Amino acid sequence: MPELLRAAAPGSLLPYGLGRSYGDSCLNAGRELIDCRRLNRFLGFDESTGMLRCESGVSLSEIIDIFLPKGWFLPVTPGTRYVTVGGVIANDVHGKNHHCAGTFGAHVRQIGLHRSNDGLVVCNADCNSDMLAATIGGLGLTGVIAWADIQLKRVAGPWMDAETIPFESLAAFLDLTRESNNRFEYTVAWLDCFAGKNLRGIFFRGNHAADAGKTFHPKRGPKLPFALPAWMLNSYSIRAFNAAYYKVHSLKKGASVVPYDSFFYPLDSIRQWNLLYGKQGFLQYQCVIPETNVEAFEELLDRIASSGMGSFLGVMKQFGSAPPAGMLSFARPGLTVALDFAMRGERTLQLMHSLDEIVQHSGGALYPAKDARMSPALFEASFPRWRSFVPYIDPKMSSSFWRRVTGAQS
Amino acid sequence: MKTDTAPATNMKQVVILGATSGMALEIQRQLARRGCELFLVARSAQRLAELQADLTLRGARKVLTYSANLAAVQQHAAVFDFAQRSFPKFDTVLLAYGSMHEQKDSESSIDVLLEELQVNFVSATAILTLFAADLERRHTGCLAAITSVAGDRGRRSNYVYGSAKGALSLFLQGLRSRLHPAGVRVITIKPGPVQTPMTDHMANSARFADPERVARDIVRALERRSPDVLYTPKVWRYVMTAVEHIPETIFKRLSF
Repeated sequence: MPELLRAAAPGSLLPYGLGRSYGDSCLNAGRELIDCRRLNRFLGFDESTGMLRCESGVSLSEIIDIFLPKGWFLPVTPGTRYVTVGGVIANDVHGKNHHCAGTFGAHVRQIGLHRSNDGLVVCNADCNSDMLAATIGGLGLTGVIAWADIQLKRVAGPWMDAETIPFESLAAFLDLTRESNNRFEYTVAWLDCFAGKNLRGIFFRGNHAADAGKTFHPKRGPKLPFALPAWMLNSYSIRAFNAAYYKVHSLKKGASVVPYDSFFYPLDSIRQWNLLYGKQGFLQYQCVIPETNVEAFEELLDRIASSGMGSFLGVMKQFGSAPPAGMLSFARPGLTVALDFAMRGERTLQLMHSLDEIVQHSGGALYPAKDARMSPALFEASFPRWRSFVPYIDPKMSSSFWRRVTGAQS
Repeated sequence: MKTDTAPATNMKQVVILGATSGMALEIQRQLARRGCELFLVARSAQRLAELQADLTLRGARKVLTYSANLAAVQQHAAVFDFAQRSFPKFDTVLLAYGSMHEQKDSESSIDVLLEELQVNFVSATAILTLFAADLERRHTGCLAAITSVAGDRGRRSNYVYGSAKGALSLFLQGLRSRLHPAGVRVITIKPGPVQTPMTDHMANSARFADPERVARDIVRALERRSPDVLYTPKVWRYVMTAVEHIPETIFKRLSF
């Protein structure tokens, strides 16, 4: 690695993990990517404290497979387990427990970072703490993360005590959130963006269950073999899906004990689910809007609903008030919503542009890990401190995203 | 789907020759998850130490390592000696190392040519013979080696590597017959091109098979009683049957 970084041209490289970022933050058009998947060894684990040291190409899936049977779980997990530790740190991802655990970066105690000019740099709270803060959420631009120390969390087993509650207005969602955040480690809501003026959705909340005594059999889900034709996903089929989804979960209303994988990773059960969107693919829109500005959040949801272009994968959550772990961390106090839009060309882009305006005026932010199109102005508004991040960028690193939103050449 | 009703080999103690090869790395992880005990042989002591930590965390009951250059036959006695003393109940031996130079280099340099044969064929037969005798004496176990589909027919673009691997396949065929009466299995593993450090330099390596999937096939073959010859991914059995049936007068004109 040190030789590779030294020999490279300025701004020519970007570390790449499993490529699950939806936009161009994991791409480097016309330049090179470093495939970090082979940096995938476990380096050590302290059974008494739960501190894991592993290389950055290890996937969350591997960590779960090995450590859940020993009674340890990820401190924070995004909605897919098929991401690498390096990617999770570089995007400072959040999960359904943001309100009590903050982002993944808050549980990274130490990293080893390959820098092109000064070799392997160890960063922790006492030593190079600024470089650690730059690398958490640093989009891979500060160098190649060699390894990381991650604080895992004790759990009784693979089961979750989960509750499902339908709601029919934003106010009801907010009430549920406030009421649940003290008692439930995980909260999130699925959103039916086709319900028109009256927002509706399903609120999910849960805690790790005490040992349920049941045996757990992991299942391997079906796989989408090819891209569906674009016409199959239209406002009628999505409306029908959403109505059915709402109905089914309303009927399931109440508490149950469910396996962790269906609770955290429902989409992982359909391999290559992205092919649902056909060859045109999709864009995702994830923003956060300060809670002082609930009207703006409501306006955003209205705009999506009236556009008739939303999709079935809509989720929203209230972020907690934990201070950001990284200089460019996305998660911050407020309400976040993430929604897929099948790509239908100019129409889709225009809708997103109109959403951008709401986000920008409300003092909100857009999530780089999900973005393929935000303007430099919106990036500036979302991350006003980005210029103080620039000195930490490794001179050999760059990305399509970074060049697009900052106008940087290298 | 065919189901295998024969009892599993009950593989518990596995010797891996060439433990740092791209293929071996994946295989060892899957063995570790099954709780196997492993004896790993490779050149780099440092990489072996790292592997030991990784595989122990992944569930291996025990990981022993020995640093040696297996291409050098004079080092084999020490490796085998160590195995007999410290890992005497091994039931599976997997040879997973190999080398692939650019074909052109083996044409222009006799040293490269001989090294290719030495690593892939000569040294492999030597170390396998040592371990085979032990399993034969104990009337138990399984001996497997990774050769290649490249050994099924000599091709213009890769015949030196191919001939070494093909010769190794023939050697294993004979060895299988010799060890059969003793109840020792011999498996010839013929992978198609796989994404490993060995093939990274090749132009279309991104389209090669996923090592994890290939490793899964290999581990399954080690566990069960069949087959004697494993093609992985499976499609290569059919591809190679077709390739072997192309008449030589046509084949010699093909440049692949």
